[in-house]
Amino acid sequence: MTGIMDIVYAEYNYWIYVALMMIGFYAMIAKKNLVKKVIGANIFQSAIFLFYISLSDITGGTAPIIVHGEHAAEVIYTNPVPHVLILTAIVVAVSTTAVALALIIRIYDEYGSLDEDVILAARRNLQPEFSEYARQKEVDS
Amino acid sequence: MTGFDIIINNLPVLTVVIPLIAGFLTTITGWIDRRLCWYWVMLTMFIVVLITSSNLLTVINSGTIYYHLGGWKPPFGIEYVIDLLNGFVCIIIAFIGLMVAIYSKESVKKELPGKTIPFYSIFLLLITGLMGMTITGDIFNFYVFLEISSLTAYALIAMGDRGDGLVASFNYLIMGTVAASFILLGIGYLYAVTGTLNMADMQNILPDIYGSKVVLAALAFFMAGFSIKIGLFPLHAWLPDAYTHAPSTASALIAGLMTKVGVYAMIRFMFSVFTPAFVIDITRMTEILTWAAALAIIMGSVFAIAQSDIKRMLAYSSISQIGYILLGVGLVNVIGMQGGLLHILNHAFMKCALFLVAGAIFYRTGIRNIHQFQGLGKKMPVTTIVFLIAALSMIGVPGTVGFTSKWYLALGSIEAGQWIFVLVILVSSLLNIVYFWRIFDNIWFGNPHEKEHIKRDEAPLTMLVPMVILAFLCIFFGFFAYYPLHYILEPLSNTLLGIMP
Repeated sequence: MTGIMDIVYAEYNYWIYVALMMIGFYAMIAKKNLVKKVIGANIFQSAIFLFYISLSDITGGTAPIIVHGEHAAEVIYTNPVPHVLILTAIVVAVSTTAVALALIIRIYDEYGSLDEDVILAARRNLQPEFSEYARQKEVDS
Repeated sequence: MTGFDIIINNLPVLTVVIPLIAGFLTTITGWIDRRLCWYWVMLTMFIVVLITSSNLLTVINSGTIYYHLGGWKPPFGIEYVIDLLNGFVCIIIAFIGLMVAIYSKESVKKELPGKTIPFYSIFLLLITGLMGMTITGDIFNFYVFLEISSLTAYALIAMGDRGDGLVASFNYLIMGTVAASFILLGIGYLYAVTGTLNMADMQNILPDIYGSKVVLAALAFFMAGFSIKIGLFPLHAWLPDAYTHAPSTASALIAGLMTKVGVYAMIRFMFSVFTPAFVIDITRMTEILTWAAALAIIMGSVFAIAQSDIKRMLAYSSISQIGYILLGVGLVNVIGMQGGLLHILNHAFMKCALFLVAGAIFYRTGIRNIHQFQGLGKKMPVTTIVFLIAALSMIGVPGTVGFTSKWYLALGSIEAGQWIFVLVILVSSLLNIVYFWRIFDNIWFGNPHEKEHIKRDEAPLTMLVPMVILAFLCIFFGFFAYYPLHYILEPLSNTLLGIMP
């Protein structure tokens, strides 16, 4: 009989990645602060990187550099491809973060706040088309 | 081998490399003289149009092109594959890119003073990203290009309306990051079970493991990711703000192309990474898609009626038009598929023309509220006639290209035995009339406040030319839809669905 802990333990790396991903996803959706949203995005992406990296590992595997000598045939190599993919994905994630932070700086300059609710309220008050429409109604009637 | 031969042999990769390098060189061009940027971008886009046309002709005449990057053989190296589907989408990207580039001169000068150089640089990088997404045959390479196009789109949107543009861009960034992460995760899952990243190779390996839950999860991640990217109805929250608050030129480019390329990617993943049998029979994904599409068609039109900002209205109408394309694809019969794919072409032309018109009106008058459009018919006759033609095409009046695709979609629905979708198409066309009629009414029949003083004040020539060309094409393909349908879309639909003609 296998208990639930055995199932968790057998593939604990995937459980960690899923937990991290959900934490990141939650932060992206639920947090009101824009910087916290970006941090959430970073956690989300890091979870995916961990998934890829743990995928490539083999128990007892070594770095994929060809070993010469008498034991050469017995050496097990880990898969290098996911590492390479993730190097690219990290670059992408860093660029996304950079763009997001640049936007946040400009948003802060514009509204003086990083809180989503405050920004939303500020935008409602400044809604130009709405006030113009109301004015138009007055002119028509 | 002469230099000319080398260029001919490397045409597939040049569609991506030329805009990429030109994008960086724009900075130097702008440093020499800011006015040169426009000519430079036009030249680049013109060359890209020539290359993509040549690629498409080669595909039509002698079959699919396989290009191995750096000479590495497919399962190991990155492969670029051009078949009818992406040859067709590539030429749309290049052509719309050229039109928007011609249009951009005055608009950018007025709306983005001092940002000319970065705008054009990012413009070309966006084209690079879209071209790469379309042309690549390697799913990780696809992800990288997806992110290139997304990042550049965030930057273009952020250049728009003060404040609002930034918030719209940030929301798009968060949604886009979720979408791209889902797609990355899907790629990881597929790589875990197949050990390959090449689309064709993957399609060969996958059928043996279709029972696996990992493959199902991968499909779910891809579908969720692409649905966010294309703004399918319940996941469209980022789209209206992003289209409304971007600069006019960027709206036209992004509305005309981004979602279309997303739909292309969705089709590519459903039919060329997974097999038709898997998405149609085993998971019934296409059936889910048709219902989601039907919902998007109706809700997009309903929301569009409620808007008073013309760009926001067009954005909601985009959501409904994406529904048409997906409906056609989801019907999984040859006629419906042709209608859906033709609608990619239509929607690129129509929506681009409409956004260009909105930009031209904003350029001359500074108005975006449709209740203030009174008397525009006299002030800007050519612009408003272009608007009329594109809007009629979107409604689906016979003689315009919109009619052809809606006709095929309706025929496809009947063939699939789904009469309800015929009703959906009909209702949505009526709703289209409602929201466009409000604008026609204001433009031609509205009473302007100072009647006698309306002078003709047309948009500049560089803005008029691309709009007129697009409007002309809407009518041209209305009468000559036979050519794209017969030479490209019919064999393409057969191949996608795995039917031997």
